[in-house]
Amino acid sequence: MTARYEVEASDIKRLVYDLALTANRILPEGLKKIIETSAEKETKELPKQAFRDILKNAELAAEKGMPICQDCGLAVVFVEAGQDVSVVNGGFEDAINKGVRRAYLDGYLRKSVVEDPLFNRKNTGDNTPAVIHWKIVPGHDIRITVSPKGMGSENMSKIYMLKPADGAEGVINAVVETVKNAGPNPCPPIVLGIGIGGNFETVALAAKSALLKKEGERNPLPEYAEMERDILARVNALGIGPGGYGGNVTALDAHIVQQPTHIAGMPVAVNICCHALRHAEGTKKGRKCNG
Amino acid sequence: MVKHITTPLTLDAISDLRAGDVVALSGKILVARDAAHKRLVDAIKAGSAPFPVKGETIFYAGPAPTPPGAVIGPIGPTTSYRMDPYTPFLLDLGVNGMIGKGKRSPEVLASIKKNGAVYFGATGGTAVLLASSVVSVEKVAYDDLGPEAILRLEVKDMPLVVLADRFGGNLYDNY
Repeated sequence: MTARYEVEASDIKRLVYDLALTANRILPEGLKKIIETSAEKETKELPKQAFRDILKNAELAAEKGMPICQDCGLAVVFVEAGQDVSVVNGGFEDAINKGVRRAYLDGYLRKSVVEDPLFNRKNTGDNTPAVIHWKIVPGHDIRITVSPKGMGSENMSKIYMLKPADGAEGVINAVVETVKNAGPNPCPPIVLGIGIGGNFETVALAAKSALLKKEGERNPLPEYAEMERDILARVNALGIGPGGYGGNVTALDAHIVQQPTHIAGMPVAVNICCHALRHAEGTKKGRKCNG
Repeated sequence: MVKHITTPLTLDAISDLRAGDVVALSGKILVARDAAHKRLVDAIKAGSAPFPVKGETIFYAGPAPTPPGAVIGPIGPTTSYRMDPYTPFLLDLGVNGMIGKGKRSPEVLASIKKNGAVYFGATGGTAVLLASSVVSVEKVAYDDLGPEAILRLEVKDMPLVVLADRFGGNLYDNY
């Protein structure tokens, strides 16, 4: 018989709490390096100043323990739960929402969730509910990623239901069109998460998860890696630049996540993220149960 | 060269501002975003304006909560186009400055020109830095909206860029 493992709900809450605070306050090191390198590509004063301000802002936020951006986003939480582990002494989802609630209250993070999208746009007051994505994986640990996502860049994201005949060029054109239409709105320089394949709902999730790929790292398949490089070149040729002030760097990075799809389709999702691509990850190891 | 400008933004004060100019803005400004715009415009139309808007400069923003010892929490611009449906109405009533980020509708750009107003950009995602130019803050209206309440700030040398000017110039026309 397979051994059983447990994780306390209170430990999940604590982990989510810590990750939400860290993600909001500390710009990931890999992203910071890309911003620093990209800044050197600008020659005009306005984009150079925008880059200086972005880096100074990140430094100040870390130093003061303040959120990098006033839009502390929807709290997007990715959970990878080992199939042999149970969360005990409390609900799993409840523990995640409790961690988010406490972090947003204690950390002076902005609460940006409204109860109803249309009629009763009343703020829930604690930034819950979180947006949670569940995945069951082999093993007995629980890995959690918290990625606060602002709405400015989310509003500029798009889904396309392309035809198989559109090919790689069709995908690249869709991405470039999305970025062009977004212009200065999503707080460039942006990061692009691109999902290809699956269906209407899973392509969007693939795009979101693409944003969490390691900074600067290309897709393991050479055709997709080449597309990522092409996309970066074409998007940066648009000249939108940091802050939308015009310049050479419109996108810092682009990642594709591809997945199986139907013979009749080729869905593409373009999830735009601002330069403050915030995320933090951690793992709770399952404790082996007696009996 | 940085142009030092102080509110209220009279025609005189903004007469030589052109798209692309770098500005250090000082003086009093209002903070209002989505829900506050809707409620304010509805109230004005119903004849129950909570305060006169003539001569005001509106910063499209909703700050993070103020931690102990700070003047205000991080505060950066939100995307301006969502306020476009309300803007020509407010400019006609005498609002003459806006601070935000991103593109505006042709109607808003025409209204800026017609009314002799100015639209400034602040760099999105630099909220901690921008908060350091805030000298004081007071609540003005709609406290129940939480982060969307209307505030009055006094700012000192807030770093801005002119995005659209009263001559029809628009920085975003460059690409």
